Amino acid sequence: MNESVITMKNIHYRYDKKEVLDHINFTLLPGAFMGLVGPNGGGKTTFIKLILGILKPDSGTIELFDQPTEKFHDWERIGFVSQKANAFNKGFPATVYEVVSMGLTAKIGYLKFFKKHHKEKILQAIDQVGMTDYTHQNVGNLSGGQQQRVFIARALVNEPELLILDEPTVGVDAENVKRFYEILYQLNRDKGITLLLVTHDTGIMTEYATDIVCLNKTMHFHGSPAKYASLTEQDFSQFYGHPVNIVTHNHI
Amino acid sequence: MLSDILQYDFLRNTFLTGLLIGIIAPLLGTFIVVRRLSLIADALSHVTLAGIAFGLLLEKKLATTIITPLYGGMAFSVLGSIFIEKLRGVYKAYQEIAIPIILSGGVGLSVIFISLANGFNTELFNYLFGSVSAVSQKDLFTILGISIFVVLIIFLFYKELFALSFDEEHASVAGIHAKRIHLLFIVLTALVIAASIRIVGVLLVSALMTLPVAASMRLARGFKQTMILSIVFGELAVILGLISGYYFSIPPGGTIVLISIIILLASIGMKRFNFTFKGRGISNETSRSDSEFKRKRL
Repeated sequence: MNESVITMKNIHYRYDKKEVLDHINFTLLPGAFMGLVGPNGGGKTTFIKLILGILKPDSGTIELFDQPTEKFHDWERIGFVSQKANAFNKGFPATVYEVVSMGLTAKIGYLKFFKKHHKEKILQAIDQVGMTDYTHQNVGNLSGGQQQRVFIARALVNEPELLILDEPTVGVDAENVKRFYEILYQLNRDKGITLLLVTHDTGIMTEYATDIVCLNKTMHFHGSPAKYASLTEQDFSQFYGHPVNIVTHNHI
Repeated sequence: MLSDILQYDFLRNTFLTGLLIGIIAPLLGTFIVVRRLSLIADALSHVTLAGIAFGLLLEKKLATTIITPLYGGMAFSVLGSIFIEKLRGVYKAYQEIAIPIILSGGVGLSVIFISLANGFNTELFNYLFGSVSAVSQKDLFTILGISIFVVLIIFLFYKELFALSFDEEHASVAGIHAKRIHLLFIVLTALVIAASIRIVGVLLVSALMTLPVAASMRLARGFKQTMILSIVFGELAVILGLISGYYFSIPPGGTIVLISIIILLASIGMKRFNFTFKGRGISNETSRSDSEFKRKRL
C-alpha cells in the first residue's frame, strides 16, 4: 500500500505552441477522494488524458501505481467515466444490466461468454451504485443522474482501484447530485477505491473529498477541503486570473 | 396453402426460405436500427440488384449457370458493403454520403446490365418485389448456409457487436477492434440482404430488416428482448405475407411489408395502453414503481 496511485513530475504539455499544462507536480495516494477543480480551458481534461495515456506529455514523467505510463499495462486497475458517457443514443434499447455488462466485454475477450461469476459481478456493481431496482429497465428511460450511476457501475464491474470521473454531474439536478456524492463517498470509504473527480461542484465537494486541487495551467492549490474553504476571494482571483465572487453553497 | 406446400416443391422452398430470412433479417436489423444505419440496407439492396442483373445477363448471353443471380447478388452486395466502409472512412464528417453514392451506383449498373440483356421482364419483376415461386432448391441450400453462418457469427461476437453499437468510443478504448468487427458486421448485412431478395425483393428488403425492429423497440425491454421480439414479428410477417401473397397472386414483398406495418401500428397502439413485456426477475413491486416512474417521465 506504500505505492502512490498517480505521480506526476514536472509535466509540461503544449498544444499549438500554447502551454496547456505548465510544470505540474502531483501525487495521488491510495484511498484519497480527490476533487479537481479549475476554470474551463484550464487543462483539466488534458490532465486526465495524460493520466490515461491518451496524450503524451512534452516533458516530465507520469507514473501509475509506481510504473511509468509507457510500461503500464494493468489498465483494469483504472476505471474511467467520461464526460461524454451521457451522450449515448437515448432510444437505445439496453437495460441497466446490459449496459453494465459491457464493462466486462473486453476483459472476457473474443469468443468467450459471460459466466455465472460475471453475472454476479454485474449485479454487485449495480448494487454498489444503488440501482438494483432498475436492473432490467431501459437505461434511456432513466434520469441523468441515474444514467451516470449506471456508467459508474460499468466502470466498477472491473473492480478498479482508481476511478476517474470527468464532470459526472453535469445535467444532474441538485437533489440527485447529493445522492451521487454519497455513493462516491461510500465507494471510497467502504471499498477503498481511490477517486479522482473533475468537477464544478466546488460547494458540495468540500463535504466529501479528502483532497482538493485547483488546476489552471499549473497547480494553484493542493490541500484539504478545510484549507480550501478558508481561501479568500483574492486567492481565487489569482487562480482564475480574473476577479471571482465566492458564492457559498450551504443549502445542502 | 398447407397441402399445396407439401405438394409443390417450389412452394416448400419458398416457405422454408421465408422462415430463414424471417430470423436473420430482423436479427441483423436490430443492430442496423440501433446504429442508425437503416439506409445502408437500402443502398446495399440496390447494389445487390446490379449483381443479380449481372448474373441474369451471364445466364442469358453465355448460357452459363456458374454464376447464378443469387451468387452475383451476394458478390456485389459484399463488395458494395466494403466500399461503403471505405467511403465512410474517406468522408468522416459526411458519413451518410456513402449511401447515395452506393445506391445510385447500384441502380446505374443495374440499368446497364438489364439493357445489355435487352430487358428481362418477368424475372426482373420477381427480383424487385419478391416472388412465391422463384426459389430453387439450390437457392434454398445457399440461403440455409448463409443463415447458419450469420447466426453463428452473431452468437460468437454478440457481446462485441452490442458494446460497439452502444458506445463505439468506449468499446474501442477498452480494446475491442472496432474496425474489424464493424467490417464483419457490414459483410453479414450484405449476405442477409442478398439472401432475402428472392422473397421480399430489392425494393422492400430493408423493410423486413427494420420494421419488425421498430415495432419490437416499442414493447421490449433491453436489447436481447428487442432482438427476440423482432424475430417473432419478422416470422409473423413472412408467414402471413407469403400465404396471403399466394392466395391473392400478389408478390409477397408487398404483403410482407404491409403486414409488418400493421404489426408496427399495433405495437404503437399497445404502447399507448402502457403495455410492456415484463423483464425477467422483476418483482411486481418493481414493475409498479417502474410504471409510476414512467408516468412521471411522461
